[in-house]
Amino acid sequence: MPPTETIPPDQAAERALAPPPRTIRLEPTHGFSRVLSPSELWRYRDLALQLVVRDITLRYRQTALGAAWAILQPVAFMAIFSIFFARIAGDSTEGVPYALFALAGIVPWIYFSNALLQAAESLVINTQLVAKIYFPRIFMPLGVVGAGGIDFLVGLVILLAIVLIYGIVPSAAILILPVVILVTMMLALGAGAALAAINVRYRDVRYAVPFTIQAWFFITPIVYGSSVLSEPWRTIAAINPMVGVVEAFRWAVLDTPHPSWAILGISFGSAMVIVFAGLAYFDRVERSFADVI
Amino acid sequence: MPNVAIETHEISKSYKLGLAYGYGTLRDSLVGGLKRTGKRMVGRGGRKQHDSLWALRGVTFEIESGETVGLIGHNGAGKSTILKVLSRIIEPTEGWAEVTGRVGSLLEVGTGFHPELTGRENIFLNGAILGMRRAEIRARFDEIVEFADMGRFLDTPVKRYSSGMSVRLAFAVAAHLEPEILLVDEVLAVGDAAFQRKSLAKMSEVASAGSTVIFVSHNLATIQALCQRGIMLERGQVVADGPVGESVNHYLRVLERSASDDLLERIDRDGRGQEVTRISRVALYDDESGLADVVVGGRPARIVVEFTEQLPMMECELTILNSLGHPITTLDSSLSSPADRRQPELSNQIECMLGGLPLVPGRYRIDVVLRARQEVQDGLQAAAYFDVEPGLVDGRPMPETGGDGDVVLPHLWRLPPF
Repeated sequence: MPPTETIPPDQAAERALAPPPRTIRLEPTHGFSRVLSPSELWRYRDLALQLVVRDITLRYRQTALGAAWAILQPVAFMAIFSIFFARIAGDSTEGVPYALFALAGIVPWIYFSNALLQAAESLVINTQLVAKIYFPRIFMPLGVVGAGGIDFLVGLVILLAIVLIYGIVPSAAILILPVVILVTMMLALGAGAALAAINVRYRDVRYAVPFTIQAWFFITPIVYGSSVLSEPWRTIAAINPMVGVVEAFRWAVLDTPHPSWAILGISFGSAMVIVFAGLAYFDRVERSFADVI
Repeated sequence: MPNVAIETHEISKSYKLGLAYGYGTLRDSLVGGLKRTGKRMVGRGGRKQHDSLWALRGVTFEIESGETVGLIGHNGAGKSTILKVLSRIIEPTEGWAEVTGRVGSLLEVGTGFHPELTGRENIFLNGAILGMRRAEIRARFDEIVEFADMGRFLDTPVKRYSSGMSVRLAFAVAAHLEPEILLVDEVLAVGDAAFQRKSLAKMSEVASAGSTVIFVSHNLATIQALCQRGIMLERGQVVADGPVGESVNHYLRVLERSASDDLLERIDRDGRGQEVTRISRVALYDDESGLADVVVGGRPARIVVEFTEQLPMMECELTILNSLGHPITTLDSSLSSPADRRQPELSNQIECMLGGLPLVPGRYRIDVVLRARQEVQDGLQAAAYFDVEPGLVDGRPMPETGGDGDVVLPHLWRLPPF
């Protein structure tokens, strides 16, 4: 409720102990501006941090293998795909050993699909919090998307290690990696936030998401390479933003040929549309979460 | 310098019926949407007016900084809704409020506690959830641990705590938030008596340190002890606002009036209420005279609770309160005695036999809770009132009025010879 908020810019830690009183006006609001109110998000930054810490702590607590899961999952998938899908992929792997080729798709995919799944459930499994406490609700999907980043990094380290073992030296294209990772996380946040918001009202999401993720997996070039499609289909398929993500990822770490700018442009454009539409939808319906959850 | 801490202006909150409970499925809305469109095309009905439930209607009040205010009213009168609006969890449908100062709200003890996290981790998480900065939590960490009295269990996951322990920890975190405005809902109903006293003391401390406190409780004694001002809500509207004693009296009068209503008609119920079984009648009988609702002190009496549907393993909890709304005793059938009997001829009815009613003359009230299948099926405050006439306890006359307590314990004296 920004109109009468009078928050002085946060200056130093000692001010935090005695913040000046501020008047907040509570009234019916319409349209946008709750989620994307930077001052509000900044004021609750400690909560965002604590939620990420909570999700990371909980992820592997009381599991026998602990953080080894972050390694086990992609490596197991890599092995299975190598046995069953190598032949389907044929020579679409651009000359890269299949196991490596698959792993470079699996690592971003596992992150994305887990983050999306957990983000979609993030509000509903925290019903008690949403119903009894005020905080910027976007922190719930944001927390799991951020916490999953740790697994993502672990997967990435494994991937790079295996790449080096195979004797491949990534080119300067590896510098694009942070951008690709950021786009993946934002995509998971945008799509996850929208699904979380819909889930508050319609629990159908719970059934739709796992199914959608599976279908999405098959239309994304993970077990096969994009070159199995001929143009113009190959470029059209890039409307699926994960196509651009996976291709750029392979380009960055495996030094595969540069994906066409059209594919990258379409995918990242479509990713941005999903991010903004997802956050905008979340923003619009956030005010009613506690009423309907 | 009396600043206004909270000002509300004509706040209303409505829920669309059907959405207020549970959630729909996508199919329901698709079908509903199609139906409405269809009707509109046929030219019937036009835009369908949703049935709305007004949880709040035109609530206006002003609270100065440093005031302690108790919100009183029946279940469903809108007390919790007001707190939710003021703590920004829900938006009002109409009207506005202005809140000046940092708000700490404690609508439920332990919200945000995660069972897998340790006490230490939960202190930080819960503190952040309540709006504390990390630096603040660190600065008050030792105080919190000491207040909750749980040093040894600091690194144990909260799922291994007893419920009393988690409540203590949760309250300790919230109490050290040091907010300028503290909103508290019914949280002291949990925890053991010693901790409740400690919590109350902490809350008065917060209040006397100049914070504004709004407190919701069913316990009128607590409200009167803690608050200077009372605001009574009924069906979402403010019906009394003034010194706490006056508002409480007003509430007690309204309660008494509602006891003479048909119990089945009342909407201020606890638990699943309407769904399976409902309390239909509650009365206290004098076993000697057979009269209802008037009993002579010291005589055997029975409280009869009738309900609409008999369920397996029903339990009944009766609380007897004095005319000021202070609870005197709670009788709970789940705390069973070998002398309790199952009577096949009792159907849709539970009876509580009182050997001799040890109450001093006065007017008393009975609150009833019915449980079955591990949940509260129905509950009514002020389900019945009764009057106690002067009588004898073990042949001994009782004090005339309850100035010195409400109860006469059966007793004998041993005195030196004349």
